[in-house]
Amino acid sequence: MFEATELNIRNDRIQERFRYLFLAMAVVLIVPVLVILSLLVIKGGPVLSWSFLTEFPKNGMTEGGIYPALLGTIFLVLVALLFSVPLGVAAAIYLSEYAKDNWLTRVINLAIINLAGVPSIVHALFGVGAFVIFFGFGTSILSASLTLAIMTLPVVIVATREALQSVPHAFREACWSLGATKWQTIRKVVLPNAVSGILTGVILEVSRTAGETAPIMFTGAVFFVPFLPESVFDQTMALSLHLYTLSTQVTDVPENLPYGVALLLILIVLAMNALSIGFRTYLRNKKKW
Amino acid sequence: MTGMTEAGTPTDKRVVLDVEELSISYGSKSALRDASFSVYENEIFGIIGPANSGKTSLLKAINRMDLVTSGMKVDGHVRFLGREVRKWKNVFALRRMIGVVFPLPVGLPLSIYDNVSLAPKLAGVSKKSELDDIVERCLTRAALWEEVKDRLDSLGSLLSGGQQQRLTIARALSQNPRLLMLDEFSIAVDPVTTMRIEDVLKELRQEVSIVLVTNLVQQAERLADRTAFFLNGEVVEIGATSALFNGECSDTRTTDYIEGRFG
Repeated sequence: MFEATELNIRNDRIQERFRYLFLAMAVVLIVPVLVILSLLVIKGGPVLSWSFLTEFPKNGMTEGGIYPALLGTIFLVLVALLFSVPLGVAAAIYLSEYAKDNWLTRVINLAIINLAGVPSIVHALFGVGAFVIFFGFGTSILSASLTLAIMTLPVVIVATREALQSVPHAFREACWSLGATKWQTIRKVVLPNAVSGILTGVILEVSRTAGETAPIMFTGAVFFVPFLPESVFDQTMALSLHLYTLSTQVTDVPENLPYGVALLLILIVLAMNALSIGFRTYLRNKKKW
Repeated sequence: MTGMTEAGTPTDKRVVLDVEELSISYGSKSALRDASFSVYENEIFGIIGPANSGKTSLLKAINRMDLVTSGMKVDGHVRFLGREVRKWKNVFALRRMIGVVFPLPVGLPLSIYDNVSLAPKLAGVSKKSELDDIVERCLTRAALWEEVKDRLDSLGSLLSGGQQQRLTIARALSQNPRLLMLDEFSIAVDPVTTMRIEDVLKELRQEVSIVLVTNLVQQAERLADRTAFFLNGEVVEIGATSALFNGECSDTRTTDYIEGRFG
C-alpha cells in the first residue's frame, strides 16, 4: 500500500509540469527589465558625463547637455511635494484616525480610487482648465506641479493610511485610556511610528512624479527655454518632455542622445526606489514592538 | 448609593463606583444585562466569569471608551465619585482618574521614562523634577524600579511581557487615579511575575480602589474583598469573597464555576 500507483505517478508528473510553466512565466518578467536596462546602458551610457548634466542644449538640441531639463524636473517634483504631502498626509490621518464609516467617508474613498484611476492625459486637461486658465497661473511650474500633485495624491494617501494602520490599535486604546485626546495620541504615538512608512510612500511618489510627461506638457513644461526658471510662474524644461521631443520632434539628433536622457531618467527613478526599499528594510530591522 | 442589601457590604466606606442597571449591546448582540454593583474605597472588587460574560465591555463603559468603540451602546447608570459618567463634560479628566491595565501588556513604543510620564505631561505637568518624581514613584509602586532604573531611556515596548505589564501598571498609576481597573492582567504573564503583581495590588489597596477582572478564580480568592460572578452578560451573584469561596453561594452556577465544574 506504500507503492506509488499509476495515478500518483501521473499526478506528480503533471504537477511538475505546471511548476515549470509557472516558473517560466515568472522568469519572463525579468526579460524586459534586463533588455531595457542593458539597451539604455549600452546606448546611453557613453553620453552621460559631467558636462552632459551641467550644460545647456546646443545647436537646436542636437548637442550639449540637459542641465535646464534636469533642474526643471527637480523643481517640478519639489513644488508638487510641497502641495501633495501636507494635503495627502492630513487626508490620510483623517481617514485612518477620525473617519466613521458613513456616506462622507465612502465618498472620499471612492474619490481616491477614482483619482488613482484617471489617465494622466485627463489630469493634464484638468490642469489646463483649472490651474492654467481658471486660477490664471498660466503655463508655469506652479500649474504643472499642482497637476502632478493632484495626480499623485492617491499614492501619498494610500501609503500614509497603510503606515498609520500598521501601528497597533492597542497603542491608541492605551493612550486614550490615559486621558489623551485623539490628536495627542496621533502626535505622540501614532505619527512617530508611521513616519518611516509615510516617507517610503513619498519617495515612491517622487519617482512616479519625475517620470510623468502628459500632465506637464500642457501645463508648464516646454520644449526649450534658453534660461533657468526664476519663479514658480516661469515655464521650465523637464527631462521626460525633453526625451519625448528629442525622440519625436527634432531632426538630426544623434542616436545616443535620447538614450542618455532616458538612462538618466530611469537612474533617478531607480535611485528613488532603492532609497524607498532601503527605508523599508531599515524600518523592519528597527522594530519598536 | 449605600448598597446595604449586598452580602458582605462594608457599610462604613465611601462608594467610589456605582453601577446600576447597566446594559451594554453591540448592534443586536447583548453583552451585559442589568448589572448593578458598587465598589468602595480601598477595596479590591473581583469580577470572575468565563469568556463572553461582558466583563471587558463593562470596563469600557466605566471609562467611556464606548465613545471610541464602534457599535457599542450603553444603557443604565455608571456613577463615578457620585457623578454619572455620561454627564462628565470632560471625558479626558474622567479617564485620567481611572487607571486601566489591559490583558496583553501594551508597552507604548516610547522610552520607559516616557511611558510613565506621558500622561502627566499631556495633562500639563512640565517640570522635569516633578516628572522624575512621578516616574520613580510609580515604577517603585509597580515593583519595576529596581529592574529598570539604569535604563529608563530604552524602549518600554521591548521589555519582557511581565516587565511590560508592571510598566503599564506604573503608567496607570501616573496620574494618581481613584480607581484602577485590571482586565485579566495575568493572561500573558509568567506565574512568578503574577505573584509579584498580586503583592503590588495588595499594597495599592491602601490608596486606590481596584476592579480586578480575572480569569483565574483563585486570583480573586487571593485578592478580592468582594467578588462578582458574571455569566453570559448577567451578574449571577455578588458577595464577600470569603463567603463565596466557603460555599455560601445562593446560586449553584457560582458554586459550579468556582469549583471548576465549567468555565
